[in-house]
Amino acid sequence: MTTRSWLTHSRTAAVLLPAIGLILALALWWLATIVFSIDSYLLPDPGDVLVTFLDQPGYLLKETGVSLVETLEGFLLAIVVGVPVALLIVRSVIVERLLYPLLLGINAIPKIAIAPLLVVWFGFGQWPKVLMVLLVCFFPIVISTASGMKSTPVELVELLKSLNASKTQEFFKLRLRYAMPQIFTGLKVAISLAVIGSVIAEFVGATSGLGYVITQSGASADTSLAFAAITLLSIMAILLFYALVLLEHLLLPWAQETR
Amino acid sequence: MIRLDGVGQVFDGRAGEVRALEEIGLHVQENEFVTLIGRSGCGKSTLLRLIAGLLPPTSGRIEVAGEAVSGPRRDVSFMFQRPALLPWRSVVSNVMLPVEISGGDSERGKAQYRDRAHELLELVGLKGFERRLPHELSGGMQQRVSLCRSLIRRPKVMLMDEPFSALDALTRTELSAELQRIQMELATTIVFVTHSIEEAVVLSDRVVVLTPRPGRLREIVEIDIPRPRSLGQNAHLTEVAQISGHLHGLLSEQERPVDLPEARR
Repeated sequence: MTTRSWLTHSRTAAVLLPAIGLILALALWWLATIVFSIDSYLLPDPGDVLVTFLDQPGYLLKETGVSLVETLEGFLLAIVVGVPVALLIVRSVIVERLLYPLLLGINAIPKIAIAPLLVVWFGFGQWPKVLMVLLVCFFPIVISTASGMKSTPVELVELLKSLNASKTQEFFKLRLRYAMPQIFTGLKVAISLAVIGSVIAEFVGATSGLGYVITQSGASADTSLAFAAITLLSIMAILLFYALVLLEHLLLPWAQETR
Repeated sequence: MIRLDGVGQVFDGRAGEVRALEEIGLHVQENEFVTLIGRSGCGKSTLLRLIAGLLPPTSGRIEVAGEAVSGPRRDVSFMFQRPALLPWRSVVSNVMLPVEISGGDSERGKAQYRDRAHELLELVGLKGFERRLPHELSGGMQQRVSLCRSLIRRPKVMLMDEPFSALDALTRTELSAELQRIQMELATTIVFVTHSIEEAVVLSDRVVVLTPRPGRLREIVEIDIPRPRSLGQNAHLTEVAQISGHLHGLLSEQERPVDLPEARR
């Protein structure tokens, strides 16, 4: 095996390469703080961030938990609402024409603009955060599900027709299953946005969560704390994303080969 | 088994009406193997879809087993040019799909169909591949699975739309030999669409030649060569050559200088 094919095909390399990328980035960051002798209240070095985290790991992990729950709740809600909406869009041209511009319009609104309104309507509890996550996740889920179901090959649709399958059978036995790989693509986009959504909502009106930690540390110029919170956010986003990738591998073993 | 009377089909194309088929009359006997042959655009696939009940004819009447066709029937199966397998289902569960879709079978009935699925897979040489996923099989093997699927409900009539045309020459010869054997064994009526003269001669009792735009019956050619026939080693080479030559003549006569759709003239 050549070095190149080892780097692209082996499993060890698949884990090793991302780790090396991460370590390189951290090293560059550290190097930058030393070479340009940047003050730690402007840009703390990775060591400072780690120390800050180790000072109060319980507190930070608890706040991470709050953000994680909001993110997951909003994300799941977006699936529960988004998939049926996509189904309606695929099933009826009328619904598609009625809803599409509306969906596009809602998606085009900068979500930060709605955040204060959500607080006005739903208060400071968990609801405005969950709804914000729902709002940002909804669109990619609907679009990917709808386009996935529409991309079903003609011969498969004709096959089911020739077997006298009902519309319901066509949807559940064929279209939805066929759309799964594309739905997963939408879910992966959505989960990354979901994390952003929950933080935006926490910025505006919250008493807990990582977004709240970041605004608080900004107010007291505690840059290392902000960085610790941001790092936790990134880790959370990365883990959620790879959890979906893993789920896809387990649920759709056929999809990796057919694509 | 199948009776067509004055069947015509008109499509609404963008450039106006397109007459796909006109005045088709044909009677297919029980256990007969009839091939529809013609250049592309002669409406042979459309005719097959009309018999399958996938399309309603614009005019004329179609009967299968003495009943007018109004939609897809349980005792008629359709096989496509591509294998059309569901990629997430194992080989055996793809073969079982028709049983699952029509439902209504008791547990015992289902178990019987399952046994039959395994028998059919063995018949086409796929024993041991039952649990594989379609992407793990070659094109020829996938088309064999598709063949088993169309046989699972013991159809009286099999409609086959160029089922071997996407395969390599060798697999094609193999599969056409298998199809002959299966038809003799299971006694089904088959209507087969192809644009290969060879395939038509090897497989059919009768070959129906269609002219393009609009599709009309040109001639029906009886093929009186004893079975089993094969392309490679054939005891009746002269007859095969004669009939092939005749069919070739019929198909090339149709070549017309103007190749525009009907509606634009």
